[in-house]
Amino acid sequence: MDTDQLIRSLAADNAHRMPRVGAMLTMALLVAAPLSILIFATFLGVRPDVMTAMHNPFFDMKFAVTLSLAIPAIIVSLHLSRPEALMRGWGWLLLLPVGLLAVAIGSEAMMAPAMPMTMRLVGKNSRVCLVAIPAMSLPLLAGALFGLRHGAPSHPALAGALAGLVSAGLAATLYASHCTDDSPLFVATWYTLAAALVAAIGAAVGSKVLRY
Amino acid sequence: MRGREDEWTGLMRSAMAGDDAAYHRLLRAVTPVLRAAARRGLARAGQPPDQAEDIVQEILLAVHLKRHTWDSEAPFAPWLFAIARNKLIDALRRRGRRIFVNIDDFAETLPGEAPQETASAGEVATQLGTLPQRQRDVLQSIAVESASIKDTAAKLSMSEGAVRVALHRGLAALTAKLRDH
Repeated sequence: MDTDQLIRSLAADNAHRMPRVGAMLTMALLVAAPLSILIFATFLGVRPDVMTAMHNPFFDMKFAVTLSLAIPAIIVSLHLSRPEALMRGWGWLLLLPVGLLAVAIGSEAMMAPAMPMTMRLVGKNSRVCLVAIPAMSLPLLAGALFGLRHGAPSHPALAGALAGLVSAGLAATLYASHCTDDSPLFVATWYTLAAALVAAIGAAVGSKVLRY
Repeated sequence: MRGREDEWTGLMRSAMAGDDAAYHRLLRAVTPVLRAAARRGLARAGQPPDQAEDIVQEILLAVHLKRHTWDSEAPFAPWLFAIARNKLIDALRRRGRRIFVNIDDFAETLPGEAPQETASAGEVATQLGTLPQRQRDVLQSIAVESASIKDTAAKLSMSEGAVRVALHRGLAALTAKLRDH
């Protein structure tokens, strides 16, 4: 087939319209979310003292941190789904949860410690955290990658890592309502490790499936 | 250069608004620029320039299937060159070379350097043969015999909608095969 002929067939297909990447990503995440919620409801569930916990600012802070990871990661991943997009000027968005955590750790350090630091750091749930967040992330990660496949990222591994951060941020939001460890030190350590693990999986898979 | 790129942006806006003729003109206008850049990239990698047409066709297919990622408020050329660069790097890598492709390869086309003739390429033709019969017939009719969608539908006893679906699926399948082969 010569190039003029190919061009003719492309022009004939001009009427075909694809949804925007943002719409595909939203839809894919909405389809995947019930699976993650099912894992949550089956194995974890909301912590029993949630009504009192809500009055603890460090409990609330966990949601601020996880959502400040998930939402900027969605924004940056959509930006990077355009072929000419650069990371420059957008990376700072991903530092939002880091900044929030730093503030939270600082304010906790200024208060009279309820528990010794090692106990706050290690907590009671570190192993559950490391398993539960990645497990709940996997359906969301598959959804995020599916949605981002409609884009044209120039750096598929980077886009995949961001898909990992999106899903880890959302899964960690669920997990935060289960976990009784509210210390920002615990969150900074174990949530971060879990998110990094999911981001690494996302990068590995993304480098294969996000090529266009 | 500026004028040419503004014209491309205008054509692409019309194309996205449903003007098939503008889209056709745009693709024809960018092809010589893509071809020149592909030849230069191949030459720099020590590869024979006769594979340039394969790369051009791959770029055109990617442009087509990813055109919804273009922001109609943004200029068209940087988007086009980013896709072209990506496809050129992929193609050279598949041929076993790693090479830095300069974005200026695309932006700085010297006048007269771009050959205007259209060459046929082997890879798309080869992959075309592996498509399901329906998609192959539709592509053959529209691309090679330059029949309209309507005429193709009549000839193949299909509805126009079915022809459109087969055409789009055929193009998407070709792109996937070229990427993964």
